[in-house]
Amino acid sequence: MLSYTLKRLLQAIPTLLIVITLSFFLMRVAPGGPFDGERRLPPEIEQNLRAAYHLDEPLPMQYLRYLGDLVQGDLGPSFKYKDFDVSELISQGFPASLELGMWAILAALLIGVPLGVIAAIRRNSTADYVVMSTALAGIAVPNFVIAPLLALVFGVLLGWLPAGGWNGGAWQNLLLPVVALSIQQIAYIARMMRASMIEVLGSHYIRTARAKGLSEWKVILRHALRPAMLPVVSYLGPAIAGIITGSVVIEQIFGIPGIGRYFVQGALNRDYTLVMGTVVFYGALILLLNLIVDLLYSMLDPQIRYDD
Amino acid sequence: MSQTTPAPHGTGGASAFDGQPPAAPAGDSLTRDAWRRLKQNRAAMCSLVVMAVIVLACLIGPWLTPFELDEVDWNAIGTGPDLASGHVFGTDVNGRDLLTRTLHGGQISLSVALVATFVSLVIGVLYGAVSGYFGGRTDNLMMRFVDIMYSLPFMFLVILLMVVFGRNIFLIYAAIGAVEWLDMSRIVRGQVLALKKREFVEAAHALGVRDLQVVTRHLIPNALGPVIVYVTLTVPKVILLESFLSFLGLGVQEPLTSWGVLISEGKDMMETAPWMLLVPSAFLAATLFCLNFLGDGLRDALDPKTR
Amino acid sequence: MSPTSPMQCAASLSAGLLLSALSLSLGASGCAMAAESSSQSEQILRIANGAEPGSLDPQQTNGTWETRITRDLFEPLIAYSANGELIPGLAERWESSADGLSWTFHLREGLEWSDGTPLTAEDAVFALRRLLTPATAAHNATLYYPIVNARAVNTGALAPEQLGVAAPDAQTLTITLSHPSATLEQTLAMSEAAPLPRHVIAAKGADWTRPANMATSGAFVLKTWSPQAEIRLTPNPRYHAADTVALDEVVYLPIEESHAALNRFRAGEVEIAYGVPASHYAWIQDNLAAALQTYPILGEYFYVFNLREGSPVADQRIRRALNLATRREVITERILGMGQIPSWHFVPKALGEHQGARFDFADWSMDRRMAKARELMDDAGYGPDTPLELTLRYNTLEDHKKIAVALGAMWKPLGVKVTLTNTEAAVHYRDLALGDFEVGRYGMIATIADAYDFLNAFSSDNTSNAPGLSSPTYDALIEAAAREGDVGTRQRQLHDAEQYLLDNDVVLPLYDYVTSSLVDPAISGWAPNALDVHPSRYLQLDTSH
Repeated sequence: MLSYTLKRLLQAIPTLLIVITLSFFLMRVAPGGPFDGERRLPPEIEQNLRAAYHLDEPLPMQYLRYLGDLVQGDLGPSFKYKDFDVSELISQGFPASLELGMWAILAALLIGVPLGVIAAIRRNSTADYVVMSTALAGIAVPNFVIAPLLALVFGVLLGWLPAGGWNGGAWQNLLLPVVALSIQQIAYIARMMRASMIEVLGSHYIRTARAKGLSEWKVILRHALRPAMLPVVSYLGPAIAGIITGSVVIEQIFGIPGIGRYFVQGALNRDYTLVMGTVVFYGALILLLNLIVDLLYSMLDPQIRYDD
Repeated sequence: MSQTTPAPHGTGGASAFDGQPPAAPAGDSLTRDAWRRLKQNRAAMCSLVVMAVIVLACLIGPWLTPFELDEVDWNAIGTGPDLASGHVFGTDVNGRDLLTRTLHGGQISLSVALVATFVSLVIGVLYGAVSGYFGGRTDNLMMRFVDIMYSLPFMFLVILLMVVFGRNIFLIYAAIGAVEWLDMSRIVRGQVLALKKREFVEAAHALGVRDLQVVTRHLIPNALGPVIVYVTLTVPKVILLESFLSFLGLGVQEPLTSWGVLISEGKDMMETAPWMLLVPSAFLAATLFCLNFLGDGLRDALDPKTR
Repeated sequence: MSPTSPMQCAASLSAGLLLSALSLSLGASGCAMAAESSSQSEQILRIANGAEPGSLDPQQTNGTWETRITRDLFEPLIAYSANGELIPGLAERWESSADGLSWTFHLREGLEWSDGTPLTAEDAVFALRRLLTPATAAHNATLYYPIVNARAVNTGALAPEQLGVAAPDAQTLTITLSHPSATLEQTLAMSEAAPLPRHVIAAKGADWTRPANMATSGAFVLKTWSPQAEIRLTPNPRYHAADTVALDEVVYLPIEESHAALNRFRAGEVEIAYGVPASHYAWIQDNLAAALQTYPILGEYFYVFNLREGSPVADQRIRRALNLATRREVITERILGMGQIPSWHFVPKALGEHQGARFDFADWSMDRRMAKARELMDDAGYGPDTPLELTLRYNTLEDHKKIAVALGAMWKPLGVKVTLTNTEAAVHYRDLALGDFEVGRYGMIATIADAYDFLNAFSSDNTSNAPGLSSPTYDALIEAAAREGDVGTRQRQLHDAEQYLLDNDVVLPLYDYVTSSLVDPAISGWAPNALDVHPSRYLQLDTSH
């Protein structure tokens, strides 16, 4: 297991290099540049800007320069947020995104998994329909609707919680964005949990366990839960990477200083260094989380091994 | 770890040996059997009917309403539902009939959902199953490719597609299908990794069944539960993703519209003109409910173990 | 230009220059208020500021959400009153030679940076040289090209020391121009022209804008800066008018979503929200009327026609027909409804001194316009049976979409079949600049209150010349205005240039921008003005509310 993990971590380097290379050229081939705006810059000024960011060099040179800087841990200055390096922007914004995202995932797991299990046990009962319909409502309403709705109702009309702001991550400020962010995840997890629990409960060895006279709850908790978590865990790898890197919608509605906005704004502004910074960061997270997922598989199901 | 190891056979997993290998029988009997079981599921049948009504309404509805898709009623800009004027669900911010636009938008959204979901289903399931089944180096390579696809900046991918192929509605399907299969492949691979060590798969091997058949006849059918659920979760995702592509200029262009676009237009009006949000949302929600109950019914009907 | 009174607030410097029609009578209160303000509770002003600033280096900023902050931190030689009029800033007076080519600025006595270092004319020289240094890559550098050698310095041909600015003594700055400039005072009032703390920049380099390092000359100092969260300013005790500053703290919140800003305002979490959502405008008029401030600004919303060969609108008859058939009041009143001013002109009306140019059909009835438009289309060979297919491009935004849809509907009766195409801003403006469009949305907001700023965009060699206008007549007018020192002559030249744009239907102007803000009625010292400048030093909260 250890050698497998080490091997995967080593493989991450060439994988990331491919991601960086593809993204770099993809981004630079796309039309529109960092200085294309409503007011076009006079040629003298644009020339000064291009020189300041080395954009006047041939593209392969710029690529090598980027790689060289990256090896030294330098992600370069942002085009848009000129007073900060990209690494500073990410390291200052990530804690907020992480805090929000971890709470949302925790809430989604703690609520979604039990709901899915209950719905699976009481399959086709009223409880099942109520739980699943509620979950569906969570899926049917996109978060760009839920977030402003929550802010409006609880922040403005009722005045129970702040309508926005971060305030260092105080719980009052966290509550609404966590709810907005987790509703959909709860629904996803509950739905998937129900489906895979039904599969597992119908399997041969669960029947055997029941036949041995174990109580239903014992059967579920000791024998069915872990294997039933498998698809949920598969889903969670990439999902967690997405959630802890923030959501531009949630951040804009609630005024959260996270990094989700950088993924969208960076691309829209053609903030090349910022885009590359987010790509490197997100790519590394994806690789790490999918590795963790693969390791978790063999804990959930001892038959899954990666020996070679 | 050992004290919680579950079953007597020392296995866990999404499905298991069940007396005889639960392979899906081929051909007619599968569909006929499944259909018979599906018909007994009341929630699924209701959903089927409602779904059919929605699809029909979207297909022929725009012809029946007294307004054109792009017809501006200068005297009814942003007005609420009103029977007298004929705008039964109100108008949008430009004074265009909301019902007409919602039904029209349904054509786009439903077709995006259908095609993109199908593409992601086919690619994702096959890719994931092959990767999980062969394992080892193949699996490693295939999954690193998935990781790379996850990491590429989606927006630039889309913008480049637009440059290369021009603005084309089918591109939406391609672009969406091209990203949505990733999750599916990870899920299917996880299931297959667990399933392939089960007795019925080994039994199939022993009987000399070829690899491809093992995958399609034994592994995929047994991973169907999570797959079907994930498909029903993919539908709202692609419908809303389409509205984001429209933002970039790749999606539908005015005067055409879609549910995703209508909902994102309507969200700003939730307090001042709620019908603009509620009408398209209601159609989307109804569709999702139907799909989910239909999906659950289908899963039950196709389950190799309950046969 | 004569020397002016050293007293701040004493008199507005050039009343003719700016918008006196707009300014309310709040100018005086801005000065009087602070002295007697001794409120027991803390005066903390929270502002929903639209976006995170790209920089707090005044020479790297150009958005209103950025200069709002840098103006609180750095005072230029010439400052703005609460009404947006030019008043003495760090310079207490200044004079120019008879030919308008040499200018002398006299700094106030005893000026200090917030860290106690003396503030001298050398800091002003340093700032202007830095502004024009190529490596600074300041966006607005061309505004300063009238200064001797400015262009050569900015393009790297000459060293910054060759720029026509000098400090004969610690309190005197001289600026030499290569040709007279009617707008020098305005450009020097921009925060990018403010003196900079060269001792800090020398010591800290690129990190000089961090709260721990920055020394300021304005009414406030930078206390904290958390990107995407908040920027806090506290009063600068060494500011030359520190005793007139009432606020104890100013908090700038980078709230991008106007709906979020409205929510925060309604929840009492901010006292000022810049920008209100169009979707809630009527609602705000009904429910928050006392806080709503709507006023015209120096901005124009218009479409450009592609005049290049091969474009369907290269034919002027078609362009005129489209201009005729566009019902501007319908767009401003029914589609937008925020008090935008329909444009029969191109240069915004709020630019008080520049008026007169307008379409010759502005007073026609709609029927007459439509009849003429049909006739022109018929001449050009188009009509309901032989429709003209036209692609309308706009950058993705809800309001742009609404307007584009309305235009399509208005032109339909002429037999014009409009296809709408939206893209994100970067692609949109790139395509317009490359001439890859037929009819495209555009908007301009003035950097300084000067019609030249708008009209210069259509000179043949200007990079903003999206229509591809190539007219020696027009170029000559613009070129002459650039070098004209006489205000009257210059205005005439600019008027003629504007009329040329309208007569030739180069553009399809729709309306003059307005800006809408929510300002807590408990705030005094806040006055609407077309430049949309509201320095925090004039603001005060009535905490008894």
